[in-house]
Amino acid sequence: MKVLVPVKRVIDYNVKVKVSSDGSGVDLTNVKMSMNPFDEIAVEEAIRLKEAGIATEVLVVSIGEKKSSDTLRSAMAMGADRAILITTDQGVTIEPLAVAKLLKAVIDEEAPDLVIAGKQAIDNDMNATGQMLAALLGWGQATFASELKIEDGNAIVTREVDGGLQTISVKLPAIVTADLRLNEPRYASLPNIMKAKKKPLDEKAAADFDVDITPRHTIVTTEEPADRAAGIMVGSVDELIAKLKEGGLV
Amino acid sequence: MAVLCLAEVVGGALVLDATSKAVTGSAQLGDVTLLVCGPATAAEEAAKISGVSKVLLADDAAYANGLAENIAGLITGLSGDFSHITAASTSIAKNVLPRVAALLDVMILSDVIEVIDADTFKRPIYAGNALQTVKTSDAIKVLTFRTATLELAADGGSATVEAAAGAGDAGLSSHISDAVVSSDRPELTSAGVVVSGGRGVGSEDDFALITSLADKLGGAVGASRAAVDSGFAANDLQVGQTGKVVAPDLYVAIGISGAIQHLAGMKDSKVIVAINKDEEAPIFQVADFGLVADLFSAVPEMIEKL
Repeated sequence: MKVLVPVKRVIDYNVKVKVSSDGSGVDLTNVKMSMNPFDEIAVEEAIRLKEAGIATEVLVVSIGEKKSSDTLRSAMAMGADRAILITTDQGVTIEPLAVAKLLKAVIDEEAPDLVIAGKQAIDNDMNATGQMLAALLGWGQATFASELKIEDGNAIVTREVDGGLQTISVKLPAIVTADLRLNEPRYASLPNIMKAKKKPLDEKAAADFDVDITPRHTIVTTEEPADRAAGIMVGSVDELIAKLKEGGLV
Repeated sequence: MAVLCLAEVVGGALVLDATSKAVTGSAQLGDVTLLVCGPATAAEEAAKISGVSKVLLADDAAYANGLAENIAGLITGLSGDFSHITAASTSIAKNVLPRVAALLDVMILSDVIEVIDADTFKRPIYAGNALQTVKTSDAIKVLTFRTATLELAADGGSATVEAAAGAGDAGLSSHISDAVVSSDRPELTSAGVVVSGGRGVGSEDDFALITSLADKLGGAVGASRAAVDSGFAANDLQVGQTGKVVAPDLYVAIGISGAIQHLAGMKDSKVIVAINKDEEAPIFQVADFGLVADLFSAVPEMIEKL
């Protein structure tokens, strides 16, 4: 069984983002970039399927600037077998719908049995690519997965839903999107980081695909959220309760 | 402008809070038709939400469990009459609507917090650390509303209920089971008071302190991602970028340091109280009332004195 995992290079989750002065987005200069944390979980799950003898190959795909090759190397250092990078021009926004269309083109060629994606990218927080890809392929989808089992040509997936958990079965091929509790991704060891440099990485240009990736959204402005007014420190539980009573809160 | 809004139905019952708030958001865009995937009783209740002009009832087992393939097929079949397709940002809508958008070859707008005009919407990015206003060129606009800051629609409506049908089961997925935690406490995203515990609470057993205070205040229980990752609390209690976004009248953060990802989920609360033994904790920067104290003495004292 071949497993494909799309990965995205995003601002590291520990970095406090700053809105760029022209309001076009956030400032990306000299900012630490990393693999989207949910994608890391997806890569880990695919590798575990391979280690369990269920998957035979783990293919990672990224769409973005040339530097996204770093993200693909990180995924291969974790244990993915090979990578495809679809390059886009610097500063061009590729929306989830366009990403899904490009991934569909790769999938039509590579014919994986399972795609595991992160549930959302922590930059645009759109939470859409996996669902859109499933729609374009006409495949079933199991989003927000916290547990994945492969049984008789189906993926049995426990999903994180409002109020608890839901377990569903989707026919393979299918798309699964990873939630936080699916697993804890491993750290790549130094020997594996060295080995990953020799693993195959194919590069293609987005423009070479017969896919319309023109953005549908125009950014009007980007702004910082309003700051909260400074509060006060209280010295004791009694004082706190008094303040809450004053405000009619308790 | 005509809006098709997907009502939130869980376990055959209408979730009034999320649905009503989604109607409030949708009514800014045009005439609201509410799609109810559930039994007739849920549709009758939905028809009473003021501002709904029509309820479409799809009472078919294929649509009963929020399976995205089936519901997306139903919605795309109905989409021809509408300029906007909307829902509250619930786990069902986040699963279904992006699929609908891709089937219609349009983009999605998730977690909209403000409608500027029929094509222009404001939404948070980077866990709420920036707000972006975007204008879409798509003919049909598909969006989900973050309900935390939306008001409930009034009741007293009397919309007509019509049956709607779609292709039914797409044969791609099936429902196996639900493990829904039932609780007498108010629901997290609609509660007036939320008491949340973080890593500082230390253990699953000690998390009972948080629940006791929540019960004393008649509030819901929340948790930081650190508390969830440490196994102190269930994931569906998680408040933050990757969990639920809440905006209660009173939010009490206990033993929570205030990581960016947590603040993204609660900073719109009207009054924030923070109790933490570390006076440098970033949570104090957003708190209206901060108390530097050991939670194991402060929380029992609060429970006793309230």
